[in-house]
Amino acid sequence: MSELAICAWQKLELGTVITQPGNAAQLRTGDWKTLRPETDTEKCIKCGMCSIYCPEFCISENEEGYYPADLFYCKGCGICANECPKQAISMVMD
Amino acid sequence: MTKAIGLEVSLAIAEAVKQANVDVVAAYPITPQTHIVEELSVYVANGELDAEYIPVESEHSALSAAVGSSAAGARTYTATAAQGLAFMHEILFITSGLRLPVVMTVANRAMSAPISIWNDHGDIMAERDIGWIQIFAENGQEAYELTIAAFKIAEDRKVLLPICVNVDGFILTHMIEPVTFIDQKKIDDFLPPYSPALTLDPDKPATFGPVGVPEVYIESRKQCEQALLNSKAVVQQVLEDWGKSCGGKYKLVEKNGNDKAKILFITMGSLGETTMTAVKELEESGESAGQVRIRLWRPFPREEFLEAIADADELIVIDRALSPGAHNGPVAQEIKALLFNESKRPKVHNVIAGLGGRDVTVKDFQKMYAMAKADELGPNYLIWGVRSDA
Repeated sequence: MSELAICAWQKLELGTVITQPGNAAQLRTGDWKTLRPETDTEKCIKCGMCSIYCPEFCISENEEGYYPADLFYCKGCGICANECPKQAISMVMD
Repeated sequence: MTKAIGLEVSLAIAEAVKQANVDVVAAYPITPQTHIVEELSVYVANGELDAEYIPVESEHSALSAAVGSSAAGARTYTATAAQGLAFMHEILFITSGLRLPVVMTVANRAMSAPISIWNDHGDIMAERDIGWIQIFAENGQEAYELTIAAFKIAEDRKVLLPICVNVDGFILTHMIEPVTFIDQKKIDDFLPPYSPALTLDPDKPATFGPVGVPEVYIESRKQCEQALLNSKAVVQQVLEDWGKSCGGKYKLVEKNGNDKAKILFITMGSLGETTMTAVKELEESGESAGQVRIRLWRPFPREEFLEAIADADELIVIDRALSPGAHNGPVAQEIKALLFNESKRPKVHNVIAGLGGRDVTVKDFQKMYAMAKADELGPNYLIWGVRSDA
């Protein structure tokens, strides 16, 4: 959840208007999840399919060529684990 | 213009909106509100009023357009009644939630079915919890003056909430009454141009009406609730200033008749005038009758109301709406809830009167008074004048 919006009612913007465009980037949707993806690097072939299918666009390639999810945004939907052609991703309790 | 002229009240309200110098009128015609917005369309068409007139396809669109134009920083007006108000329902909450100072006349009319174009308060009573400031005018002059004052109240930076001015359909809207217009110069001094706190502006982008996730929604509602509660002091101040600089003196709650009267009628809207005559006649025949008229309905003026009824033993609360399945009509419910924690509580009678335009006369009030004295009005409420076989 955006730290900006988590405030006393007195500090909330008039009419709950958003005055900073793009502040959805500060919205921590990661705290919605129950399960988080974990990649088995032994099985991963670095194809990037998980990154393509991620509806949250929160999976990107790291320096070693693997595709970890950004847990700040990851809602734990499990689509990456489902689409992985090598079953390298498992959903574990967060 | 300082001399009273005979004029249909709808046209006086249109004049008020013109004199308030609105930027946008978005409206859809519905009886008995039509004459107001029709007259405004004439003003805009002939250049007397420099405003955008948006003739929409429904009331839902009328208020939606009003929300948009108010968010864009324009002084905005609309008007409706009954089914039209009901059709606005979801947008009513959005207008107050976004803190937009739209001014709306509600020409109070009974809800269908059966279809009734005549007056009662069933329309606005179904919209009690929309978070708008709600005031009731009692006569034509008041409807005219409160409409102008409404803009000043709504646009106050401490308020920034929509406001609806309730006027009884036909009984007020279509009546030709003596109306004294206020000089334009005085109104201009009283009501400066609207200066919004936040607007839709491409150079300074903002999102009006975003999602309020569970972590935010309560605080958002609290902000609106508090603004409505705080608005009472502003309504009081604006009406006081209005009385000094422009027109009549209006209070949130008005008392009439013997100050120490034991039995008080409680009314809202035009019925107060009929009650006034009844109270006068009752007083003349030696009865201890009085009346209290509630002008501000939301926020409810608790302290002012309690002060007004402090010496009364009994209240006859007149409701012009039925709340089926509830213990009382809406106004009586409000008053009983308020009195519950008071140490001194008058007895509360509740009469539901004048539904769907049924006449309520001076004689009716005198009969209610006699029945209250004889304790014949029943414990909860009585629907006045209903024909029954039993």
